[in-house]
Amino acid sequence: MSDYNFAYLDEDTKRMIRRALLKAVAIPSYQVPFASREMPMPYGWGTGGVQVTAACLKADDTLKVIDQGADDTTNAVSIRSFFQRTADVAVTECTQEASIIQTRHRIPEAPLHEGQIMVFQVPIPEPLRFLEPRETETRRMHALADYGLMQVKLYEDIAKHGEIATAYAYPVKVEGRYVMDPSPIPKFDNPKLDNSPALMLFGAGREQRIYALPPYTSVQSLDFEDFPFAATKADHSCTICGAVDSYLDEIITDDAGGRMFVCSDTSYCSERAAS
Amino acid sequence: MTPLLQVRGIEKRYGTRIGCTDVSFDLYPGEVMGIVGESGSGKSTMLSCLAGHQPSDAGQVIFEGQDVLTLSEAERRRLGRTDWAFVHQNPRDGLRMNVSAGGNVGERLMAVGARHYGDIRHTATGWLERVEISSDRIDDRPRQFSGGMQQRLQIARNLVTGPRLVFMDEPTGGLDVSVQARLLDLLRGLVRRMGLSAIIVTHDLAVVRLLADRLMVMKGGHVVETGLTDQVLDDPQHAYTQLLVSSVLQV
Amino acid sequence: MYVAVKGGERAIRNAHAWLAEERRGDPDIPELTIPQIRAQMALAVNRVMAEGSLHDPDLAALAIKQARGDLIEAIFLIRAYRTTLPRFGTSTPVDTADMAVSRRISATFKDAPGGQILGPTFDYTHRLLDFSLMANGDPPAAPKASADPQPVPHILSFLDTDGLIEPAPHSDATPRDLTREPLELPADRALRLQALTRADEGFLLGLAYSTQRGYGRNHAFVGELRIGTVCVEMEIPELGFAVDIGEIELTECETVNQFTGSKTEPAQFTRGYGLTFGQTERKAISMALVDRALRWRELGEDDQGAPAQDEEFVLSHCDNIQATGFLEHIKLPHYVDFQAELELIRRLRAAASEDAE
Repeated sequence: MSDYNFAYLDEDTKRMIRRALLKAVAIPSYQVPFASREMPMPYGWGTGGVQVTAACLKADDTLKVIDQGADDTTNAVSIRSFFQRTADVAVTECTQEASIIQTRHRIPEAPLHEGQIMVFQVPIPEPLRFLEPRETETRRMHALADYGLMQVKLYEDIAKHGEIATAYAYPVKVEGRYVMDPSPIPKFDNPKLDNSPALMLFGAGREQRIYALPPYTSVQSLDFEDFPFAATKADHSCTICGAVDSYLDEIITDDAGGRMFVCSDTSYCSERAAS
Repeated sequence: MTPLLQVRGIEKRYGTRIGCTDVSFDLYPGEVMGIVGESGSGKSTMLSCLAGHQPSDAGQVIFEGQDVLTLSEAERRRLGRTDWAFVHQNPRDGLRMNVSAGGNVGERLMAVGARHYGDIRHTATGWLERVEISSDRIDDRPRQFSGGMQQRLQIARNLVTGPRLVFMDEPTGGLDVSVQARLLDLLRGLVRRMGLSAIIVTHDLAVVRLLADRLMVMKGGHVVETGLTDQVLDDPQHAYTQLLVSSVLQV
Repeated sequence: MYVAVKGGERAIRNAHAWLAEERRGDPDIPELTIPQIRAQMALAVNRVMAEGSLHDPDLAALAIKQARGDLIEAIFLIRAYRTTLPRFGTSTPVDTADMAVSRRISATFKDAPGGQILGPTFDYTHRLLDFSLMANGDPPAAPKASADPQPVPHILSFLDTDGLIEPAPHSDATPRDLTREPLELPADRALRLQALTRADEGFLLGLAYSTQRGYGRNHAFVGELRIGTVCVEMEIPELGFAVDIGEIELTECETVNQFTGSKTEPAQFTRGYGLTFGQTERKAISMALVDRALRWRELGEDDQGAPAQDEEFVLSHCDNIQATGFLEHIKLPHYVDFQAELELIRRLRAAASEDAE
């Protein structure tokens, strides 16, 4: 792959992305437009995350890539091998060892530490999109902090279902100002965003947006006082490692309704099973 | 007593055509001002200029000592969900048709920070009852309501945060006569009990007779006559007002 | 004991090896060459160049071969390649009035200087399968005439001199670059045209058709459709003048649309414009109709709420690489989101059945 620059993108593009990242870090959770490039993988498959990772990656970094919490899901494997080919960086499955973690839909179970960068792949960065389809209008709503409609949606959920019927991509308010879509992570992961020592970067390639949470940023899930946010998971323990505190995948084991539950974070699970 | 609202020289032009011009008046706390005139007289244009829904070309609208026409969009919106309210002629313009009645009433509460579901629902229930909508309709959507109910829901949604100034644009327009009477009766009760100040635009003199303390008559974008409601209706001075009044009496 | 599914890496490798075999197909049949595709699948090559935004017939042919004939996949390959290319500079605007035309028709004037030239078109062919092609027969030679190098001025320029059509003022302003800046709305016409020229042909065709059926009707005549080659010139700073760096084939469509006017302004026809790489006339005509529909605000027309009038809707959804990526991403694992929804639904159902008891 010597035909391509380190980490695929040319240096001008990386500089453009880094400028967007700096702006994003300066205004937590504000969606910064950036000139997303066409990548050699499809839009919707992590092009935003890949561009952010490429712009952050240095030769001495150690990269971890997960999808659905697992290091060996096909898209995680594909993105990891892309950076091995184009940047020849060290890779790991161990959360603590990684300096950059690119993820789709999960935050690892093991606590993150200072100096680490989480890169989220984001399909639809706009938390208000399904209430208001027009970008021109949603940008105005953010500018004016006009979020009544968002709370109305939560009210309607409770009136209809008895609880807030959002299970993933659960909206959060950042530093009391912007409402943000945390990407389609299960709401179980939302508390990990609050006051995290790691830098959280969000890249939406097709939608041309980058946003960020600097370390130790206040991130509160929207709720009502009498219907407080709850980080729920399947009420089981992991069949492999016995963990009761991790997010679980449900596996169908037979055609007679048999089910088992295992950690979605494969690295967490295998480390626990080994020790 | 100091006026709640001072309007000075409001003007709106569409190219060379006058929307309204040189509109000035004071509105005192607890007072209801009626604006009458036939369609095209500039009364609705003036109302939307006052409420900041469209920019004016000249003039001032002073509320609590500040010219609200100079407010930023964010400040204007804040005012629009706290001290001010706007009741549209067509309830579809003032309601969210795909949100339940309770959600419609609760939106203003949530927009100003209410975060207790039970309290919001309790307040919404109370307001539905005040506008004579059965509380068991709280989870129904407005499109399942009759026109009169939609209009009462819009009023509840506007008044729930206790605004001090309400703009109403033909609030009884498009309703049957019997439904109008019930709505007017309800409005009169609410305005008196809450001590609201209001500006009501209508072409229906019966509406202002019942609700307004003072009247302003508009024609061709100009104010042609002002005065106490009874005085203007019983002893109109301007020829246009005389025509307006006589045309109603003939019916 | 349960062992989590592993081996994504090997699965991907094997799948790709199988794909390569399938692409080649039966090895007893001779392999397609790039020149064959370029020469005999020229309209596919043109579409890939137009929507891939890269004028390189050989690479487009390679992409078609690699993509097994899936044109959107081929366009994707070209786009991904294009974005890595360094940018040496920009050409001067091409002059389509100076085009060496192979086809030039007008639906508005029976004849005009330069004449009507049908060119190599499917128009007026009877759509009957030609079974002789199964036998790989060479077609009889087309009759030839000597070249007649008379100028071929734009048809709309005749209307322009009479003031019958809105003027198209000349501008030297550098347009914004869709591929180097994020799309911000509202977009100006130059940016809209940039998006439309690389937009999906099928999407534009559907939108253009919808305007003809009344969804944002703008009643278009094809004032002129011309296909041919133009010179591309570039100013070389060291030289201080423009030099010819090659020629490319383009399709240009100018439509004459319903007129505007009022008591104060005399009635005038309006314009729609389409310009695309290669012989891609369905795309160029569609582009002109959609361009014209999007201009409703500028021309003081009503917003009918038609899809083709909605700039944000059209520009956000016309790119097939964006669309196909996002559409196909729902194939990717969503175990985690789905699990979260599953738990929510179970909880809601449990609560409902408790209430019922």
